[in-house]
Amino acid sequence: MSRTDDERRRPARSAAHELERYEALFAARTERMRSSVMRDLMAVTERPEVISLAGGLPDTTQFDPAVFGAAMQTITADGTTAQALQYGPTEGLQAVKDCIVEIMAEEDTVVAADELIVTSGGQQAIDLVCKTLIDPGDVVIAEAPTYPGAVPTFCAYEAELVQIEMDGDGMQIDLLEQTLDALAADGRRPKFIYTIPTFQNPAGVTMSLPRRRRLVEVARERELLVLEDNPYGLLRFEGDALPTLRSLEVPRGSRDGGDFVIYTGTMSKILSAGIRLGWVVAPRPVLAKLNLGKVSSDLCSSSLTQYFVAAYFAGGDWREYIDRVRDVYRTRRDAMLDALAEYLPAEARWTHPRGGLFVWVTLPDFIDTTDLLARALRENVAFVPGEGAFDDGRGHNSMRLNFSSSSEDRIREGVRRIGKIVAEQLDLYSSLTHQNRAAAAVEPAAQAAMAKVVPMPDRQARSRSESRRA
Amino acid sequence: MTRVAVLKGGRSLERQVSLASGARVEDALERLGHHVVGIDVATDLLTRLRDDAPEVAFIALHGPGGEDGTVQELLEVLGIPYTGSGVAACARCADKVLAKHALRDAGLPTPDWVAFTETSFRELGAGGLLEAIEQRLEFPLVVKPASQGSALGIKFAQTPSDVPAALVAAFSYDHKVLLERYVHGRDLAVGVLSSEDGGANALPIVEAVPRGERYDFAARYDIGRTVFECPARLEPEATDRAMEVALAAYELLGCNGFARVDMMLAEGGEPQILEINTIPGLTETSLLPQAADAAGIDFDELVGRTLELAIVDPASAHAPRPGSVHAPIRRAAHAPPGPTT
Repeated sequence: MSRTDDERRRPARSAAHELERYEALFAARTERMRSSVMRDLMAVTERPEVISLAGGLPDTTQFDPAVFGAAMQTITADGTTAQALQYGPTEGLQAVKDCIVEIMAEEDTVVAADELIVTSGGQQAIDLVCKTLIDPGDVVIAEAPTYPGAVPTFCAYEAELVQIEMDGDGMQIDLLEQTLDALAADGRRPKFIYTIPTFQNPAGVTMSLPRRRRLVEVARERELLVLEDNPYGLLRFEGDALPTLRSLEVPRGSRDGGDFVIYTGTMSKILSAGIRLGWVVAPRPVLAKLNLGKVSSDLCSSSLTQYFVAAYFAGGDWREYIDRVRDVYRTRRDAMLDALAEYLPAEARWTHPRGGLFVWVTLPDFIDTTDLLARALRENVAFVPGEGAFDDGRGHNSMRLNFSSSSEDRIREGVRRIGKIVAEQLDLYSSLTHQNRAAAAVEPAAQAAMAKVVPMPDRQARSRSESRRA
Repeated sequence: MTRVAVLKGGRSLERQVSLASGARVEDALERLGHHVVGIDVATDLLTRLRDDAPEVAFIALHGPGGEDGTVQELLEVLGIPYTGSGVAACARCADKVLAKHALRDAGLPTPDWVAFTETSFRELGAGGLLEAIEQRLEFPLVVKPASQGSALGIKFAQTPSDVPAALVAAFSYDHKVLLERYVHGRDLAVGVLSSEDGGANALPIVEAVPRGERYDFAARYDIGRTVFECPARLEPEATDRAMEVALAAYELLGCNGFARVDMMLAEGGEPQILEINTIPGLTETSLLPQAADAAGIDFDELVGRTLELAIVDPASAHAPRPGSVHAPIRRAAHAPPGPTT
């Protein structure tokens, strides 16, 4: 372990005084920027002996190092090294924007290169949209459950998150409209509706075509912005592709850009998460503000990785790579669904994704999946507890399982271990309530279980370890 | 200059906090001029200790494995002196049930409780006793795993129907759990440091104060919604009694070096000891370093003292300490005489 001399010379500081000093300096919004016990538990999942079904990772081992080398070689060979090592335009390299137009066309979605900006991952697009639209206390609407990585972003901008139940066809638009009416009666108007319509993270479900149409109509009728997050659309294993919200708003042949749909995509799942490149398409006035927001965030996304992307797409084989990972993920999805059917007790319910990376499992509501994770880690298996996908204490009896980043054998073994401990907990619960297992089981309505708002004193108790130890 | 191995990380669920504690301790030891080797505790621990041949080990591990006597036992076999409490004290404190029995037997206040193993429910039908236990402890009651060093797995049950799920959760962490009477009151932490003469001193008390006026469980335990006050604003008699009880517990359980005694103080009541942490958090924001700081003992001094008090001869460390349960309260050096407002 090496330490710089600077660090060695750092004077002893007074812990209590330090705390007080910083406490007074922190912005009010940092009060909602908390690390959670769950996050600490997740750190333990990184141990090599743990079968982690927790991450949202694409399998980058599928990427041929020779292809990577060749693309980087192109940068050296065609004399663009100096530009690749330089700052670039805030909105992104033209060549990359052209690639993005091509990628979106794969989903029959028309966009002009000047309607989008390149971002540092899809995550930055979410951040920039919040930065541009959210004042403290503003309402953001999202699905229940929603992408766990978006929740801290909404919190950091002090948004009030209102989450709309999903079923097998995605967000329930009638519930959305009721919620909008209730908010309107209260004099409130959400700033935007955040949705992952296709192979949703974490639930794995896809919004049906009628609901997509209706959502776009609702946005238009009520003049509300929709943030359509589409990282997984090209990872479809079966069935026909559904139109993106953006393409419903701006059909092929239309000469105008969109009015209400902001669209974000990413290279993370179709090429590489490590290059940190995504993009955002927005109505022009919004795009101009997003661009200003990006200047203040990072001036521009990595030129080096943008040159890599341009060279890689020029090679022309990008569709084959997507086909390859899609085949790999399909096999793994099948392995996971088979294992779930074999090893999970009858009381468990799970979604059947037709693409993407995730399965969402719901257990009887007396099981808390954060505690279950602690038990699972003793068996060296990990998942994402559901509570991170909500901002209101729901989701405590659900979990997200990832199938893209583990081999079929490990998926099977991981699910077997989870099934074993879930069965143990169900038996224990039955013995505590003098019920037999069948009677103790919660009604087989996973959606109802998902919907139930449970008071969660337990969550708060858990935070205690942080205050005591953090 | 001493060659010190800082043991940190490990496999416990508190790995992250332990890594932070360890890093802070390493910095302090280096500033104090020691030769420091950081060891992230894993299966190669024995090899690392033999290769690095430290003269003393500073244990900055939290939770099972590091705080329960396991690592301490191993260091004793290797003949390596180590900081903090000895094997027996660690084992007693890490098991809340053992600690509470010792406290109750010695007449020290701790909330009423009942402990169960998983076997008693699965094989002995102990579920049939729950109603009687609930009547005795009353609602709300607290359900927690016996051994988890932190608050992981601690649940509040407001009604009988909350109890089974709370037990299932607690059993996720340990095969033994306890149901404990909930004490509504002020949440206090009393740091205790050993002194060179074999005695112990109490540090100024830290109180966890929920932000906002309305009382609820959420505020109390939600980081960011809790402010830590040190010294706690308590009446002098209450301060004295909390320190007295903490010191008595420290002595009773045979702690060494440092410890943090957590307790609840109900209005007009006795401070009720919840647990004794033999290796409390040692990060910037941890309570023991804050309390030491309030007593004029900065972090480096705290680490330096702890190192000097490392257990060299386990036989003597296990012997009862001078001073008894009824020893007079001793405050840490420079401690202010009473609460400041």
